[in-house]
Amino acid sequence: MANHSASHPAHVQHHFVDSDQQFESAKMGMWVFLVNEILFFGGLFCAYIVFRAWYPDLFSQAALELNKVWGGVNTVVLIGSSLTVAMAIRSAQKNQIRGLRINLLITIALACVFMVIKYFEYEHKLHLGIAPGMFWNPTPEVLAELSHPKANIFFGIYYMMTGVHGLHVLVGIGLMIWLYIRAGKGHFNSEYYTPVEITGLYWHLVDLIWIFLFPLLYLIE
Amino acid sequence: MAAAETNNMTTLQVKRFKPSENPTNTYLTDEKGVWAWMTTVDHKKIGLMYLASVAFFFAFAGFLAIALRTELWEPATNFIDADTYNKYFTLHGAMMVFFVLIPSIPAALGNFVLPMQLGAKDVAFPRLNLASFYIYVIGAIFTFISLAYNGFDTGWTFYTPYSSTGSTGVIWVTLGVFILGFSSILTGTNFITTIHKLRAPGITWDKLPLNIWALYATSIIQVLATPVLAITILLLAMENIMDIGIFDPAKGGDPVLYQHFFWFYSHPAVYIMIVPGFGIISEVISTFSKKTVFGYWAIALSSLAIAFIGFLVWGHHMFTSGQSAVATTVFSFLTFLVGIPTGIKIFNWIATLYKGSIDMKTPMLYVFIFLFLFSIGGFTGIMLGALSVDIHLHDTYYVVAHFHYVMMGGTLIALLAGLHYWWPKMTGKMYNETQGKIAAILVFIGFNMTFLPQFIMGAQGMPRRYYNYIDQFQPFHQTSTIGSYILGVAFLLILYYLVMSLIKGEQAPSNPWKSRALEWQSTSPPDFHNFAHTPVVINGPYDYHKPMEEFQLGLAVEHNGHGEHHEVETEETEKA
Repeated sequence: MANHSASHPAHVQHHFVDSDQQFESAKMGMWVFLVNEILFFGGLFCAYIVFRAWYPDLFSQAALELNKVWGGVNTVVLIGSSLTVAMAIRSAQKNQIRGLRINLLITIALACVFMVIKYFEYEHKLHLGIAPGMFWNPTPEVLAELSHPKANIFFGIYYMMTGVHGLHVLVGIGLMIWLYIRAGKGHFNSEYYTPVEITGLYWHLVDLIWIFLFPLLYLIE
Repeated sequence: MAAAETNNMTTLQVKRFKPSENPTNTYLTDEKGVWAWMTTVDHKKIGLMYLASVAFFFAFAGFLAIALRTELWEPATNFIDADTYNKYFTLHGAMMVFFVLIPSIPAALGNFVLPMQLGAKDVAFPRLNLASFYIYVIGAIFTFISLAYNGFDTGWTFYTPYSSTGSTGVIWVTLGVFILGFSSILTGTNFITTIHKLRAPGITWDKLPLNIWALYATSIIQVLATPVLAITILLLAMENIMDIGIFDPAKGGDPVLYQHFFWFYSHPAVYIMIVPGFGIISEVISTFSKKTVFGYWAIALSSLAIAFIGFLVWGHHMFTSGQSAVATTVFSFLTFLVGIPTGIKIFNWIATLYKGSIDMKTPMLYVFIFLFLFSIGGFTGIMLGALSVDIHLHDTYYVVAHFHYVMMGGTLIALLAGLHYWWPKMTGKMYNETQGKIAAILVFIGFNMTFLPQFIMGAQGMPRRYYNYIDQFQPFHQTSTIGSYILGVAFLLILYYLVMSLIKGEQAPSNPWKSRALEWQSTSPPDFHNFAHTPVVINGPYDYHKPMEEFQLGLAVEHNGHGEHHEVETEETEKA
């Protein structure tokens, strides 16, 4: 505090007293935003709970249509990416910019793997006519296994939950590409890595939500 | 500069900074031109842009209200048909709630005042603050696109199945409200972070102005409730676009689930509207009584209590929707409970007035109007929360009158109090005090004439939202309509003298009300960085028994031996 006017590095915005205050503020802002996100997904989880309580048979029946193996692979992929993003932050703290970029790149790659697997899962279901809402038109073979009259509602919830989550993954990929480019321009060092830190927080949340989605949608019988 | 640290205390070198009465450099002169305004990250300019937008939507939605009242002059079709009538009241409600009441106090006045009361140069995330304004504008554009698609007539609550018929107008407006929510979320996130991290040296939690406590409680509600509205509206939009079948009974969904989701946001949302109003009342009442606020902690914590209990009462909107009897009873009880912290506030304000030297300036006049109208609104709310009474009064004009007494008699009157209170600070000009008082009295008369008769006809069974009515209600409707015209005139008068004050109002002194609050210790209008120095606070914001110079301290950064230096001890502000 005493000598704050003497040291005002370039990355500190004018309305902050010092770098610490800026870092603390950004981190707190991100945590508040994550609370937002939890409440946002909370609405979907609530819809899930209500409909599952009403139609338990529907949920155990419909979950059989989801592919546990690929869902499981995706879970491992996302948890792995959470590890690499944590390593990216560690690298930034230790001023290892090369390590930061490599870890970001691996995280981006893992996120892309997740989306590709998700794409094939969606594609397979749409092929069978298991589509949301008005596009609901399952093939006779699917209907034989999935006779519940409200089956479309389960998949309405499924597509909303995984779709909104997928959107968050895409946003995360975008953010990490942006970080990768900025890291390449030498914007980050052990003194200033706030965007890496808060993007990491965001990414952990995206991961965490999937960890809840996977068992709730795939692993019920 | 030596800063000796002992325990929790820091010694700071300070000196007095007396604000200039004739500032040459202010935030209004610092950046000029339309482009500079549109790209500014200055919280004060963003606050003013919000204020102008809110005023525009208020005029628009108010005009619709006048049209509705005119149509109700007689039972028969007067000049608009029934469908148009439905669209007008829907638009009036949706605009007043989402575009006026929710952003009015936090995003317009709060944006301007909050960083100044904290002695900060800006909010924590100035660019997000600007983004929130543009998100608001985009939300507005979506709503106007909806109007181009034949509008929407679902009522502002968008209940399914009215709202799930696939109408293009409904899709656009719900997407507009979805987008608008993010503007509210960003404001809330910004305020919470700013209050935690950007307080000037010496501003501990027990020295925060009550306006800040109120905005803090509001921001918590915004952050916790608005995302639920976002997902609800998103599901509703998907219901319309793709028939996913969660809310529409025809598609297998449940309309009561929609109501639960909607009111989980929209009931706390009424506290987003009213709690910042409470903050303004606390500030104004103390300034114009020249007295310490009575029960500082009671007022501060009751805001948080309202925010908390406000989350648990949403079911009282659904007493007749078919929720279980147990749930209904619990919600009714919790609804009564929320009256307690509100009552605590009212009593503490009255106690603040006691033995104060009351100065009946326009803002104070609005405070008295607020106390009167809001008490009526609050008590009728308790009546609606009582189960057996609500069965009779549900969906009648009684409800309409109740929420206008709290929303307009509460929030909007508080907004007017705050607007007049901070107008000299925001613009650097004084408005015409006499015209201000006349307008306030006109608002009071017009408001009561409009809405008191609605309590009576509601209690006698006049349903809300009806286009026609039986003859027995005509005298009430006509009184109400005349009242709405008086209100219209009063608002035009306010617009007139405020515009005139900008054109040829006299230069405002830095502290026209002789307030002890920090935002008044800057120039009028303030410097681009709010204060030319870093303010240091050693007293509470309402310590009128202490001399003014103790409220004008700032860090004496250059220790060049010039000027008078004091040493003060402040508690270490929360950092790192």
